[in-house]
Amino acid sequence: MFTALLIEQLLNGLQLGVMLFLMAAGLTLIFGVMGLINLAHGSLYMIGAFACATVAAATGSFWIGLIASLAAAAGVGAIIEVAVIRRLYDRDHLDQVLATFALILILSEGARWLFGSFPLYLDIPPLLQGAVPLPGGGQYQLYRLAIIGVGIAVAVGLYLLISGTRLGMRIRAGESDREMIGALGVDIGTLYTVVFALGAALAGLAGALVGALQSVQVGMGEPVLILAFVVIVIGGIGSIKGALVGAVIVGVVDTMGRFLLPSMLALAMPASQATTIGAALASMLIYVVMALILAFRPSGLFSAQS
Amino acid sequence: MNRILAASLLGLSLATSSLAHAEPVKIGVITTLSGGGAGLGIDMRDAFTLAIKQSGNKDVELVIEDDAQKPELAVQIAEKMIQGDKVDLMTGIIWSNLAMAVVPNTVAQDVIYLSPNAGPSALAGANCNPNYFNVAYQNDNFHEAMGQYANKDYKNAFILAPNYPAGKDALTGFKRYYKGDLAGEIYTQVGQTDYAAEIAQIRASGADSVYFFLPGGMGIAFMKQYAQSGVGIPVMGPGFSFSQDVLPAIGDAALGVKNSATWSKDLDNEANKKFVEAFKAEYKRLPSIYAAQSWDTANLILAALSKASVKDKDAFRTALKAADFKSVRGEFAFNNNNHPIQNIYVREVVKEDDGALTNRIIATAFEDHKDAYAEKCGM
Repeated sequence: MFTALLIEQLLNGLQLGVMLFLMAAGLTLIFGVMGLINLAHGSLYMIGAFACATVAAATGSFWIGLIASLAAAAGVGAIIEVAVIRRLYDRDHLDQVLATFALILILSEGARWLFGSFPLYLDIPPLLQGAVPLPGGGQYQLYRLAIIGVGIAVAVGLYLLISGTRLGMRIRAGESDREMIGALGVDIGTLYTVVFALGAALAGLAGALVGALQSVQVGMGEPVLILAFVVIVIGGIGSIKGALVGAVIVGVVDTMGRFLLPSMLALAMPASQATTIGAALASMLIYVVMALILAFRPSGLFSAQS
Repeated sequence: MNRILAASLLGLSLATSSLAHAEPVKIGVITTLSGGGAGLGIDMRDAFTLAIKQSGNKDVELVIEDDAQKPELAVQIAEKMIQGDKVDLMTGIIWSNLAMAVVPNTVAQDVIYLSPNAGPSALAGANCNPNYFNVAYQNDNFHEAMGQYANKDYKNAFILAPNYPAGKDALTGFKRYYKGDLAGEIYTQVGQTDYAAEIAQIRASGADSVYFFLPGGMGIAFMKQYAQSGVGIPVMGPGFSFSQDVLPAIGDAALGVKNSATWSKDLDNEANKKFVEAFKAEYKRLPSIYAAQSWDTANLILAALSKASVKDKDAFRTALKAADFKSVRGEFAFNNNNHPIQNIYVREVVKEDDGALTNRIIATAFEDHKDAYAEKCGM
């Protein structure tokens, strides 16, 4: 029984990691190519979830909602890039943080104005309801397995896009020398808009997928944003590979910490204390791991800059 | 010299005008109108303003401000209301951590505060205050009721709550009356949105029931994921997690869940019928428990105003304490610590004919329940 629980928890960690990867990939891509710290990334995640919930409620189909979430997040992302972000590339990071923080407030209150203050309803599609058996007698929810699948597909897709296409070539070129590819005649403005919209679409996808598991409400993006920043700092800022590895580390460490720490402490102290202290330690664990990794690899595991 | 004359003339005319009219009363309402917890504050504000409007009392002036669920902001607003607006009474705060930041300082400045929701234990016991009235509940109450009710059917409950003071109060309250064994006890992170790891432990624990306190979006996330996981062990919770503001977001996953509350839409008394009708007519949605508590707070204030002047603090406090108003919760009285003595019910989530999810009372967990801290209060 314990083996089954262990496998289930590992899968839970993997699923959390994959979800974080969808967020972190866009964040790190935007930072890598444009050198921009985008705090409003969590708002794009929220927009994806709201779009999916609204369209799914209107049409009765989660899948149409999912497409709507990609379109809405990419669309809003492109508009934001053209209207606001474009003016920030030459500014220092403090200005970027200030402006994108303002965007969080504008998008949150905008969402409240459009959708109201009460959480929306979004359920997992009938096709993915139910569970699959695990070795050892456990079972695992099909929808969460599907999220893991989507995350792996996105990781492979991004790898192929960046290593094998003309757009990917330009993205890589943009990462290593921004001025030079502009001088070589690449339309850098369009490239930036496309990259930003791509990152936004990934955040929107994550929002829609997770929206079916939790509450679709204003402000849902900010807690995830913090974890996504932890992920890209661990993985190395600007590196997609780093984002993937960092996300899985954070997901698994967080889940296993929450699961194992209280029961391990219970061997050494009274149960009631163990649960409280264990919970407190578990919530710190990923930051401890981040500190340890940064102590040995100050620029992260796979820094794009080094 | 002229200026002094003008000022004194103005003062004189103000003094006479206030003699001519009934005394204006200024009520400061600090509540959460933006951010993730705004649904609760909006219900609070809407019910409060509706109650004042329906009373036809033109002398009540409301100063409403949004605290964005931030304690430091709430403290600033409270200072502004007391020093700048010179409010006579204050109310509105939804969250216990904000109440802890605002209430002690407010009542120390001799401003009367009436809580429409939060009831932290720290304000109910030794630190009770004559200027602090809690019209809602003491934080432990709902959990105590569910612990009591759980004894009927369950012997091995799994309990969980977020790792912060109200979460610990919740599980303490539950355990105060629950007599069975615990299959497990987990403190989750505040703001956690994924409960897969906890649900896996519940599945493996062999529990016969689950009790959880996860306010706001955390509860929605937990209930959806719990239903999707197919664990199937009966779930119980406090009424907050199955209140009218969150039920639509949880959906059918909430059907049949037992939860405790001091109020329900179907509670059979005249005041409640009138309240539910009025709220539905005005706002085209069903009221939540926050709306009900806030409606009671407004009516308590109105009742006290008809008996005493708000400028005469002693008389006004006595008028408030008499609680001479028609509560939507039925019988209502204040205990020595200015916290309610009231019934606590067990409700079940049901679907109405039009498909809307709502609650129905199925049992009474406590009659005339008092909180556990009252005896430590010196009042």
